[in-house]
Amino acid sequence: MHNSSVATANHEVHDNPALLHHFATAEQQKDAASLGMWLFLVTEVMFFGGMFCAYLVYRYKYFGDFGSASQQLSIKLGAINTAVLICSSLTVVLAVRAAQLGKRTVLVFWLLATIVLGLVFLGIKADEYAEKFEKHHVPGPSFHYHELLPGQAGLPPADRRYANPSHAEMYFSLYFAMTGMHALHMIIGVGLFSFLTYFAWRGKYTPGYYTPIENAGLYWHFVDIVWIYLFPLLYLIDRHR
Amino acid sequence: MATAVVETGERETYLNREYGIKSWLLTVDHKRIALLYLIGITFFFFVGGFFALLVRLELLTPAGDLVQADTYNKLFTMHGQVMVFFFLIPAIPAVLGNFLIPIMIGAKDLAFPRINLLSWYLYIIGGCLMAYTILAGGVDTGWTFYTPLSTEFLKTNVITAALAVFVSGFSSIFTGLNFIVTIHRMRAPGMTWNRLPLFVWAHYATSIIQVLGTPVVAIAIVLVALERLFHLGIFNPALGGDPLLFQHLFWFYSHPAVYIMILPGMGIVSEIVCCFSRKRVFGYQAMAMAVLGIAVVGFLVWAHHMFVAGISVYAALIFSLLSYFVAVPSAIKVFNWTATMYKGSITYQTPMIYAFGFIGLFTIGGLTGLFLACLGVDVHVTDTYFVVAHFHYIMVGGTIMAYMGGMHFWWPKISGKLYPEFWGKLSAMIVFIGFNLTFFPQFILGYMGMPRRYWDYSKAPEFQILNVLSTAGASVLAVGYLMPMIYFLWSMRYGKPAPDNPWNAAGLEWMIPSPPSTFNFDEQPVVTWEAYNYDEIKEEVPVAQ
Amino acid sequence: MLENIPFWPTRASTTANNVDALFIFLVVVSALMTMLIFTMVIYFAVRYRRRAGRPAEQIAGSHALEITWSIIPFCVFMVFFGWGAIIYFQERTPPKNSAEVYIVAKQWMWKFEHMEGQREINELHVPVGRDVKVIMTSQDVIHSFFVPAFRIKQDVLPGRYTVAWFHATKPGTYHLFCAEYCGTLHSGMIGWVVVMEPKDYEAWMGGGGNQPLAVTGEKLFTELGCVTCHRSDTQGRGPNLVGVYGKPVMLEDGRTLVADENYIRESIVDPGAKIVKGFKPVMPTFQGQISDEQLNALVAYVKSLGQPQSSQTGGKNMAAATP
Repeated sequence: MHNSSVATANHEVHDNPALLHHFATAEQQKDAASLGMWLFLVTEVMFFGGMFCAYLVYRYKYFGDFGSASQQLSIKLGAINTAVLICSSLTVVLAVRAAQLGKRTVLVFWLLATIVLGLVFLGIKADEYAEKFEKHHVPGPSFHYHELLPGQAGLPPADRRYANPSHAEMYFSLYFAMTGMHALHMIIGVGLFSFLTYFAWRGKYTPGYYTPIENAGLYWHFVDIVWIYLFPLLYLIDRHR
Repeated sequence: MATAVVETGERETYLNREYGIKSWLLTVDHKRIALLYLIGITFFFFVGGFFALLVRLELLTPAGDLVQADTYNKLFTMHGQVMVFFFLIPAIPAVLGNFLIPIMIGAKDLAFPRINLLSWYLYIIGGCLMAYTILAGGVDTGWTFYTPLSTEFLKTNVITAALAVFVSGFSSIFTGLNFIVTIHRMRAPGMTWNRLPLFVWAHYATSIIQVLGTPVVAIAIVLVALERLFHLGIFNPALGGDPLLFQHLFWFYSHPAVYIMILPGMGIVSEIVCCFSRKRVFGYQAMAMAVLGIAVVGFLVWAHHMFVAGISVYAALIFSLLSYFVAVPSAIKVFNWTATMYKGSITYQTPMIYAFGFIGLFTIGGLTGLFLACLGVDVHVTDTYFVVAHFHYIMVGGTIMAYMGGMHFWWPKISGKLYPEFWGKLSAMIVFIGFNLTFFPQFILGYMGMPRRYWDYSKAPEFQILNVLSTAGASVLAVGYLMPMIYFLWSMRYGKPAPDNPWNAAGLEWMIPSPPSTFNFDEQPVVTWEAYNYDEIKEEVPVAQ
Repeated sequence: MLENIPFWPTRASTTANNVDALFIFLVVVSALMTMLIFTMVIYFAVRYRRRAGRPAEQIAGSHALEITWSIIPFCVFMVFFGWGAIIYFQERTPPKNSAEVYIVAKQWMWKFEHMEGQREINELHVPVGRDVKVIMTSQDVIHSFFVPAFRIKQDVLPGRYTVAWFHATKPGTYHLFCAEYCGTLHSGMIGWVVVMEPKDYEAWMGGGGNQPLAVTGEKLFTELGCVTCHRSDTQGRGPNLVGVYGKPVMLEDGRTLVADENYIRESIVDPGAKIVKGFKPVMPTFQGQISDEQLNALVAYVKSLGQPQSSQTGGKNMAAATP
């Protein structure tokens, strides 16, 4: 019968309450959590990637109509939202820094700032969606679209061409799917950060253990980057005309 | 070393540590979670199998006289969806992978035990959605959900089916994520990448596919659901959409998905062949690189499902060429297993019988894949029973054989009991015979021209004789699958207690007691030996149990 | 010879002969491979079964063997690929001067229209020994046109044309199946391809008095007002369509493409998608206003313009096509 015993190693005796039992060291736990979050973000890239793929295919096919539909969005609001998200990534980084330095109140402050900026983003998005709803640009039974193609305004009225409504509806389907999915991820992010804020206020994060802040930060940066792609693709097509 | 005991004085194991439903439903122990999965996938296996039996019964006669056309369409759809998403994709990773990977690498658990439990709950929620879909009248899109049929023309429960697949997909993603982080970060000292059992390599490659591929089918299915709900036109030509876009998004995942289904099985076969030949594997590096190669190249061949779908000739040429590339590593594995047996010291316990079956049937299934990759032939045989036969050879003749082999091999470790060897061998042989009788005639049927998904073939009665043979085989196959259900359950109560290493096999899992204690190892092992160190293990496999 | 093998499906086209040859080659090679593996596994299992006093011999591997059994199968696979690619290329390239039949598929029937105007449902009559090209579209979901005896199959899509062709070699009646799951009566969407001797085909075709498809198209061309812009001189607001089929067209965005059936079809249902260089985008869309059959007639008419046999029959009919 084969011997059941194996050579063993001494494992680190730990009194770190944050260290989970199945990890040998705090460093191993942190590394594992980081790798896990990066992998999760890779899956998110693939997830959004499918929609980007669909968008690219149809934008190539219906360039003019997509340009017309894109001009129905407000560049001003989109740009403000972009600035808001970039600032929120800054507040996230500052929060991580505060956690590293063990500054509890500063940490809570920056976490709350991130949440506020996230909510501002969502509020502006809701406003944009409401406007689309009013103008009957939401795909579905009540969709109605009668707008010019880009660059037509200078032509005599008889020559002006209108965008194909079905293709414009395609644009809006993808617009709502992509920004909607993004907004869903923002909402989840805001929820995550709310939990973190509570635990931070309770003093759970120390310079020795702030992995959740760091990983939630990674998630937030990713959601930010998705928007950085969405904004030019959706808002800035063909604007020079 | 100190051995923990429980109240009754017995040795503490992961099974007796705590009793009660809450201790199971809230467990984070990877071994308990594996058993929770085992219950789920066994249930869905029999549900999917039941649908298959009804399909085969209908096909006994040319006329559609058992069920109505719509019912038949639901039966083959739900057979496919249940078997693919709720049995084949999770089975080996979520049961055997979950149970064994931490132990094989010398860890106490997976990297994220709570996410592991979450994966199971997602699987169950997806399963409930699937069950709801079935009970609410079923769905008849075909497991492939092609548009615009699924988005515009069917009145069945497409959205709940899509949701079921979507949720179960996240179970798959999280399992894959967990395995990758575990294998990267939790290996015991001395357990280098080159010392990993091939079972672990296979699951590593599988996990990469799960993580990268599943999100794409998730978004494809979300878009189908949204299109149905809001009458969008993303895949509807009447509104400017393209049905082929759906097919690309769908197959981009669903082709790699078949590698999710087969790679873990290949990992099992490596373990079994080495143990029952008493030899290290022939060409360890090649075997490890082969599974990675299959995973990577497997992402590049998806449109070989679309050769007659309306893609350009040049696209078809490229995908056919790449499909031949991916065949090479699979062939290498078959040769290496065969070479492992050369000059071995071979015994024929049940796991090895299943391994033999796998090698033979995977060879046939894989070779017929070459027929399908061949453009000129594929035009004739695609969408016929030839394809059905091909993928059943791989998924049933391959994956399920490997799964059964693995269950028998590791059953003593998991349950602490021995299954009855005679009944094990008998079931394996019944499965082998039943399987070939069911599916070999389908190759012929396919070349004759019998299309897939046909409820009625009364205008082509020449198809009947082969269909009768196939149905006869299916009933034999059913018996072969029922038997292990019975004797595994029997063994839990009445089986002989299993020693730590009933096979004298190599690997860390055999160096701990059967069943293992909750935290696997009393102290972290330090690995100083290569994988499959049968040169150091002098004993042979014990003859009779 | 093959007909003697039980279950071997009838061969009734040139493609069938080519495909069967390749298939047999694949079967032979696969059978050899299978026997090789099976023999070795069984032989090793018996020869190297456990015997007292003879332990297993640990063999790490062999680079030479790994390379050999990678390269040899790979070369064999490349033969499979190349041979299959050639056949596929031929299958996807209808010969010039093929006779044409338009197919509209719908749940759950096949509608055929010959160039001479003959219409059929679920049954397609063709002469033996002629190249026949089918131009297909679907009214609803994806279907697939499958004739096992010809060894051809092509999915039929809504919103565009797909094309297949065959050259029947044996008179007879052969199964036609829909091979892409399309709903309730997918298995009922079947019919027959009836291959006839040329004399019999003439006789069958003659008893009709049908209006040729291109003539139907010509009438529609006038009724719908196409003729007002698409004039055969250079004065029209739309491009001159005489001789457009099969020739390159330059678009206003700089792209050039060859005008095929899909281009003509798209120009009618989505004229804004591709504007010909030098013309204004003023053509209205006819999407939803004409049926697929009417669209086919218009396409057939436009194709016939400027072609050598253009006249009443609109060219491309079975009788005129060279064998």
